[in-house]
Amino acid sequence: MEGILTLHDFMLYTKSVTYIIVVGALLGLAGFFWFLNERDEDPDENPPAEH
Amino acid sequence: MSSQAVRADRGIITPFNVIAGIIVIMGMVLTAWRFAGGLGAVTNLDNHYPWGLWIGLDLMAGVALAAGGFVTSAAVHVFGMKKYSSAVRPAILTGFLGYALVVIALHYDVGRPWRLPYPFIMSQGTTSLLFEVAACVALYLTVLFLEFSPAAMEWLGLKRARLIVVRLMLLLTIFGVVLSTLHQSSLGALFLIAPGKLHPLWYSSYLPVFFFVSAVVAGLSMVIFESSITARYFADKMDETHKQQKTTVAFGFAKAAAFTLAGYFFAKVIGIAVDNNWHYLATGYGAWFLVELLGFVALPAFLFAIGAREQRLGLVKFTAGWSVFGIILNRLNVSLIAFNYHLPASERYFPSWQEIGTSIFLITLGLIAFKFIVTRMPILYSHPDYPDEH
Amino acid sequence: MALTRRKFLGWLGAGAAATTAAAVKPAVAASNKHFEGHPDSNAVLHDLVACVGCRRCEAACNKVNDLPEPDQPFADLTVLETKRRTTEKAYTVVNRYDGLRPSGQPVFAKKQCNHCLEPGCASACFVKAFTKTPEGPVVYNPKVCVGCRYCMVACPFEIPAYEYQKAFDPEVVKCTMCHPRIMEGKLPGCVSVCPTEALVFGKRKDLLNTARQRIARRPDLYVDHIYGENEMGGTSWLYISDVPFEKAGMRMDLGITPAPALTAGALAAVPMIAALWPVLLGGVYLMSTRRDKEAHQEKEDALKSAREQEQAAAKAALKKASEDAAKAQQKAVEKAVKDALAQAEKKREEEQKAKQQAQEAGQSPDGQGQESEEES
Ligand code: SF4
Ligand code: SF4
Ligand code: SF4
Repeated sequence: MEGILTLHDFMLYTKSVTYIIVVGALLGLAGFFWFLNERDEDPDENPPAEH
Repeated sequence: MSSQAVRADRGIITPFNVIAGIIVIMGMVLTAWRFAGGLGAVTNLDNHYPWGLWIGLDLMAGVALAAGGFVTSAAVHVFGMKKYSSAVRPAILTGFLGYALVVIALHYDVGRPWRLPYPFIMSQGTTSLLFEVAACVALYLTVLFLEFSPAAMEWLGLKRARLIVVRLMLLLTIFGVVLSTLHQSSLGALFLIAPGKLHPLWYSSYLPVFFFVSAVVAGLSMVIFESSITARYFADKMDETHKQQKTTVAFGFAKAAAFTLAGYFFAKVIGIAVDNNWHYLATGYGAWFLVELLGFVALPAFLFAIGAREQRLGLVKFTAGWSVFGIILNRLNVSLIAFNYHLPASERYFPSWQEIGTSIFLITLGLIAFKFIVTRMPILYSHPDYPDEH
Repeated sequence: MALTRRKFLGWLGAGAAATTAAAVKPAVAASNKHFEGHPDSNAVLHDLVACVGCRRCEAACNKVNDLPEPDQPFADLTVLETKRRTTEKAYTVVNRYDGLRPSGQPVFAKKQCNHCLEPGCASACFVKAFTKTPEGPVVYNPKVCVGCRYCMVACPFEIPAYEYQKAFDPEVVKCTMCHPRIMEGKLPGCVSVCPTEALVFGKRKDLLNTARQRIARRPDLYVDHIYGENEMGGTSWLYISDVPFEKAGMRMDLGITPAPALTAGALAAVPMIAALWPVLLGGVYLMSTRRDKEAHQEKEDALKSAREQEQAAAKAALKKASEDAAKAQQKAVEKAVKDALAQAEKKREEEQKAKQQAQEAGQSPDGQGQESEEES
């Protein structure tokens, strides 16, 4: 942060960090989605309340 | 069970009525006090804190919590998720009452409430995000009223008028989603103009996005929360469809809320990254920010997921309440707690008891109206004359 | 050849323009527009080095604006013990900051509306109650004000105050830069009474030069910064100082972005959401109903084919059954015939046998005759 004096440098730094976080976010969200749905793949085919 | 006790004595003197009555009388006194004596007489507002509890809680949090209406009606009418159809009417009703209360609260808060139509009829300050919020809230209140009206018309037996509105439902729903997207995000965007006053951890150019996404979470959670309340106190009003769909709604919405919260979590982290605000996390405000982010975003996301995975209805209901509280906390953080963070503690704001009392009064008004409508109109059941038209 | 080439480049340009138009650019307020503000607008330069903290400007402001008597008289300098901000009763305040100068002399700084070139208050007001006048002052119109107090939230310098005590006609109040007096050709009240050169009124352009000259003349004394030149997009009240500004109650972390630019992105998103959301949602609706219909159709089809299959199966079964029946019948008939024939044969044989026996019994009727009776 001390070495950052131009907008370009600032953006280079923050955007790089952001890209890394975005990759992490995508992986995290995918994992979370799996976690959310893995259990009831079968029962949800025929939710009891629907019929 | 206390619910049974409440239902047992059906007279006028029920605990609910007594407490509500006391609050309403207090509210009326406060109202007279506010309008006769001015804002200074009842509030702790000052020149550093032009916005207090009535904006932070009644407007900011109130609008967010009323988002269930647009979320549910969009799911059912636009996305065609028919299995949630029974959740639409209660959600629309809460939304409508919520927005009505917001508008009433605004009359207390602004200095000259009779001038509230001025932005539209006298002088249009179109550069203001408040103009956008005002326009959308006014329009959306109308939309919600129309979306709600079929229930009232069924009750009153106005068949033809009802049919017209029912035919317009898709249009109203889409219009409602557009308006909600706009003003939910604009409420966050209101603070974009004050980068010097809102703590950097909460200030972000993504504020509008954060507000919109968290409003969706608030809406979903409120639907679950509210249906658990109605199931408890108005079970006798529910028909079979509602009873059957209740758990489907709870688990379906819990999953949606979990996933939205997960997205919100990452969005907030990205918000810190793009402004390079990491070092603030080590400060006192940083700790508070982490409490919000981990305790009221990450934790409910996880708990919702567990609840939906393991089909634990109790956990889902609890988490819904937790996440509703978290969204209220977020709105209070942005508008009050992290606002004016640079001021010394002696100049910080804390609401007066009259402000708190007025807020409680308004919420009570909402509850009374909800009870009145739910016990009379076809909200939790389909009207026998119009079966299965959701 | 050249013509064709130019034509080609023209198309290219048109194509590029179309692409940029199609891409949503919410962060841009008005593409690459740049605004200089009102030319020849006025400003005031406040020099902290020259300010002696006499509070005469406060008194003059109170007088020219017909404000109520202060709690303590303006001559009472003990008021300076506490840090103050502008209020509904004081459009301007002078604060004292100790221990900043090596000489031990206190620093005084006057505070009032800075009359921003792009005022946050004006940008935030939803009834256009604030106007940046060509003369420089930012003025307020109480006739339209609703009292939402968003202007107070928006002002980065924490200037506007509100008449919270009034029940029926509360107004937002702040320094007017003495707009009425400027229009009469007079100096602002505070400037006119300042006994030193601490407040100077003039064209903003000129005052920026004055400020630069003062700094250049005493580079050892002054901080090399004109506060208000760029802060929040620039203000019409400028400050120079010999102590760091943030130590004298002036925030250095406000940035130089003019207030309207802060909200431009969010405002730009509004029409895009209004235009694109309905399309998206309508599309989703059409897709989901189509999907529903298709699912319905599929179900129907499945049912139909199932029914057909069933029918076919039934027919086949029936046919087989009838065939079987026919076969069985034929077999039965054949069998019956055969049986009948066989029986007839048997009968005939028996009869023949009987005849033979009878004949034999006629030859020896005793023992044989008995025997034959037992047999039959
Ligand atoms: S200093 Fe504040 S009140 Fe004055 S013009 Fe700027 S934003 Fe408006
Ligand atoms: S309080 Fe008055 S001047 Fe300030 S933003 Fe609201 S309407 Fe405008
Ligand atoms: S310019 Fe006028 S209103 Fe502003 S501080 Fe000076 S005397 Fe007061």
